[in-house]
Amino acid sequence: MAALSMPFAAAEAAPKKEFNIAWTIYVGWMPWAYAAENGIVRKWADKYGITIDVTQINDYVESINQYTAGKFDGVTLTNMDALTIPAAGGVDTTALIIGDFSNGNDGIVAKKAKDIKGLKGESINLVELSVSHYLLARALDKSSMAEKDVKVVNTSDADMVAAFKSADVSTVVTWNPLLAEVKAEPGVSLVFNSSQIPGEIIDMLGVNTATLKDNPDFGKALVGIWYETLALVVDQSEKGKAVRTELGKLSGTDLAGYDAQLAATKLFATPKEAVEFTTSAALPKTMDLVRTFSFDHGLLGDGAKSKDAVGMQFPSGEILGNKANVKLRFDASFMKLAADGKL
Amino acid sequence: MRRAMNIVPGRGTRVLLAMLPFALLAFVYVLGSAERRAANPDDKLLPPLSQMAATMTRMATEPDKRTGSIVLWADTSASLQRLGLGLGFATLTGLVLGLALGILPLVRGTFAPLVGVISMIPPMALLPILFIVFGLGEVSKVVLIVIGIAPFLVRDLAMTVGAIPIEQMVKAQTLGASTWQTVLRVALPQAMPRLIEALRLSLGPAFLFLISAEAIAAENGLGYRIFLVRRYLAMDVILPYVAWITLLAFLFDFALARIARKGFPWAYVGERV
Repeated sequence: MAALSMPFAAAEAAPKKEFNIAWTIYVGWMPWAYAAENGIVRKWADKYGITIDVTQINDYVESINQYTAGKFDGVTLTNMDALTIPAAGGVDTTALIIGDFSNGNDGIVAKKAKDIKGLKGESINLVELSVSHYLLARALDKSSMAEKDVKVVNTSDADMVAAFKSADVSTVVTWNPLLAEVKAEPGVSLVFNSSQIPGEIIDMLGVNTATLKDNPDFGKALVGIWYETLALVVDQSEKGKAVRTELGKLSGTDLAGYDAQLAATKLFATPKEAVEFTTSAALPKTMDLVRTFSFDHGLLGDGAKSKDAVGMQFPSGEILGNKANVKLRFDASFMKLAADGKL
Repeated sequence: MRRAMNIVPGRGTRVLLAMLPFALLAFVYVLGSAERRAANPDDKLLPPLSQMAATMTRMATEPDKRTGSIVLWADTSASLQRLGLGLGFATLTGLVLGLALGILPLVRGTFAPLVGVISMIPPMALLPILFIVFGLGEVSKVVLIVIGIAPFLVRDLAMTVGAIPIEQMVKAQTLGASTWQTVLRVALPQAMPRLIEALRLSLGPAFLFLISAEAIAAENGLGYRIFLVRRYLAMDVILPYVAWITLLAFLFDFALARIARKGFPWAYVGERV
């Protein structure tokens, strides 16, 4: 019994010294690996007198589930998954660092169709209920089509590339580095990608709101680690190149491969850019699209009667959805501290 | 003094005793669930029994918004079809190859090492190849089950047939039986109960391969649903689905055990209660 309930209790506990965050391999999250391996995490944690463990998890969904179950204080995830997994599961989560948005990193690749209209009646292989599914829904929507015009086949991301080589698979929706792999097949066309819905698929670091509230130093240290590392990643000199080479290697590619993924990612290199994006009026609009998709697909859970079930708060104080059940908060204040050099 | 090993509970007591561990598990679950929900009322990890019952009722009675089918039955029939085909092909292969390997030294000499080697290949490692050869549709799911359990059935049956006392074979021949008649009248009857037993033992792996295949690419099925809703931690769907799969597997096992005892009572005379 104690074992079942303890992780949650741990996440709720008042001031603590040891924190755990989890990350998974993705172009926009690789800086965490560099920061952990090169002492940047250690440096900032020491500055605030705490310890931070940065753990790589192989399975993306599992990392979020572990966070939701209370095993981690923070996790790297997308805006949609933050809403549908921890927030819908009652774990109050704060988007502490808005790292980037997908600007071509997610795409729809077809063997026959040349455009979205051509997908009518096709089977489409994708990870159902993921941002790929959202991308497809948005693409169809923009061509005045609906999901019922196509047939969606749930396919695990690990097998996506092999699946695309099979004769009966005609269209897949996936993300980088898998996208680069399927796009390289001869004769296929990229019929839609996330640069056509800029700013809608956001990658971020979410942390437990209660933990952050009790331990603001934890938030400050994370933001400090992030922007110090990011400055190295975007550096155009030889030094930056060496960092990106290492990140490429860590994510199973090389410098050129990593740079190509980076080019399809709108990375907020400075805290100022991230603050601007987080406080912009576009973000609530995006999250409204995301929660509509999520509710229509049953991702807000059984208890959800409408898309308002889970409340979201934005830096302006504006609240979308149920004010009594705010579980996802976009907070620009920590990134602002970094922008103002107050860490 | 009466020895512990000689205390045999009566029929009624046995049922009660069997229920006890289940009741205990349910009790532990309810306590754990209540504790987590006290800390977070929206907790998804250990949903209360009432919520699981409500979700399952909905899935078993109401048509799905997106597909229009009733989810639980659509999933169950899709999975059972795959499982049935897979088990059927595997059993047939097991029977035919097992008998041939067991009886004919020529066949044994040629194919036994190959079967031995194939049975060591982890089927999951072949998945990408299976996709490309058989496509992503139903065939590759059935093939995964077949290559997962058929080698075990073949080897087990070949060993059983191979262990039939040589005296029986000699006697059949002195009575004028041909090879074919020996297979039909001596080997087959003795192989059948063993085949059913081996099939019972294969049910677990067969379900495992079914669920794995459905996790990789599918539009319906019990495994598909579990891996789909895992994306948003809907344990109120996953836990009842696991219970349902367990119940199905248990019923198959029970049915096979009954068939074996009814069809081949002589094979079970020495069995203890």
